[in-house]
Amino acid sequence: MARVLVGVKRVIDYAVKIRVKPDKMGVVTEGVKHSMNPFDEIAVEEAIRMKEKKVASEVIAVSCGPAQSQEVIRTALAMGVDKGIHVEVSGAEYETLQPIHVSKILAKIAQKENIDLIIVGKQAIDDDSNQTAQMTAAVLDWPQATFASKVEKGEKELTVTREIDGGLETIKCKIPAVISADLRLNEPRYATLPNIMKAKKKPITKMTPKDLGVDISPRIKIVSVEDPPTRQAGVILPDVDSLVAKLKEGGHIP
Amino acid sequence: MFSNCSRNLTSKFSNQLKRLQSSLVIAEHNNEALSPITQNALTAAKKIGGDITILVVGTKCGPAVEKLVKAEGVKRVLVAESDAFKGFTAESITPLILASQKQFNFTHILAGATAFSKAVLPRVAAKLDSSPVTDVIGIKAADTFVRSIYAGNAIQTLTASDPIKVLTVRGTSFEPSSLEGGSAASEPAPAGDYATDLNTFVSQELSKSDRPDLSSANVVVSGGRGLKSGENFKLLYDLADKLKAAVGASRAAVDAGYVPNDMQVGQTGKIVAPDLYIAVGISGAIQHLAGMKDSKTIIAINKDPEAPIFQVSDYGLVADLFKAVPELTGKI
Repeated sequence: MARVLVGVKRVIDYAVKIRVKPDKMGVVTEGVKHSMNPFDEIAVEEAIRMKEKKVASEVIAVSCGPAQSQEVIRTALAMGVDKGIHVEVSGAEYETLQPIHVSKILAKIAQKENIDLIIVGKQAIDDDSNQTAQMTAAVLDWPQATFASKVEKGEKELTVTREIDGGLETIKCKIPAVISADLRLNEPRYATLPNIMKAKKKPITKMTPKDLGVDISPRIKIVSVEDPPTRQAGVILPDVDSLVAKLKEGGHIP
Repeated sequence: MFSNCSRNLTSKFSNQLKRLQSSLVIAEHNNEALSPITQNALTAAKKIGGDITILVVGTKCGPAVEKLVKAEGVKRVLVAESDAFKGFTAESITPLILASQKQFNFTHILAGATAFSKAVLPRVAAKLDSSPVTDVIGIKAADTFVRSIYAGNAIQTLTASDPIKVLTVRGTSFEPSSLEGGSAASEPAPAGDYATDLNTFVSQELSKSDRPDLSSANVVVSGGRGLKSGENFKLLYDLADKLKAAVGASRAAVDAGYVPNDMQVGQTGKIVAPDLYIAVGISGAIQHLAGMKDSKTIIAINKDPEAPIFQVSDYGLVADLFKAVPELTGKI
């Protein structure tokens, strides 16, 4: 029976069209819909399925971020996670919080809680870094199973199918291990109302990076955040013939 | 006036800095052939300036090494050939990169942003206590990098303060560097016992295709949910064959099981920037646009005139793809 730690991040909802702040130092987050990072929902779902298959004994969800991060921990609890840990980081410190900091925090919690498996999403859809799983595995000297689309737990090992550039590959990795979830790993469940009510009674422990002995001083300085160049609006063509003409004009066809 | 003055200072300063840089580029190959993205990573290394070393690691390095010793602007090629690197596992390659770093003290370690390097380099960075920068689209100075965030809807410029910079660079943002005109020495990488029992490679199922590689193709034809089935993708294959194009897909088409995931274009799939991108039956969700909006010319074929894809397309055709695509294929 494995003890599983899941990392969840609160991000701007995937369907929101973001706006860059006028001071060009970030994007507008106030009054914008946030939700759990989609890849983390998949990580949570996988952990809960492990519990349902009786291969996991306890599932703990951890989130690093401001007070509102507790919302995504509650969501994880409502999906079926047993307890939550909120590592509070806010203000300027959160602006420069990077996967290197998060991975050290996750590693410390994993050691404290005797964790066998850490599951996180492959990437957060806000910073698009795709680093935390790999870095957590490095800090702990554990094997990593990144971009997982299938995970089978054996006695002392995991058999994992990974999404790679040319197709799929299968690896066997020892436990304890860190897994990062790809989109095709599973279909996350919706939390039902009774489970949302039950989740209110589940415990969330609060701590700070300092409590864990993790230094979160900035490793980067944000110089600017700007809008990407916009494309010129194009034209709507009347028929396939004019499209063929345009392809010829552009030298794409002889 | 002041800004001019500081600009001059910066350029003098950065020229001096440039000479002090030394980069390690991790080559990507499959034991048979060098991946083209290595050439884009080389260009990024040249932008940083200073000496460039390439590391080739695998069970069979010959084919890649043979190409890379001739690459323009490369000082040395380190070769690590061993069965320990079967499956290019991050657990075996990380200690090798760390040993190379210890011997040569690189200021930068970089590779093209692919599934391979995204798995390996953050692990290396954590071991060096450095915060890595993934999917870099621009290099402003040896410590200042540009990357896209929020699915390409914001462009972030950051200065990295760690002494060793670990980067993956977006292939489509850097021209390929020439594999001619150089004469680098190849030498063995630092020896060590790199075999690991943490992770074992079991097998691979690669999608076989005679078409060009999606990430580096000049023309890409992509299909979305509008194709309605995997069989209907044949319409796109026929068009692609006429245009010598690679075939891509939206997440919706992958999720619906029409095509395998390695064909996915988008924020969490592949990022492409071909000369010509033809989007067929794709609505143009934020996540898909992230993967293709740097294409030179975008053509959209969709029956919904309100589809967001028409806001980024140069030429749009509002039509039923089942009629328009065969007609187009027939006329070229």
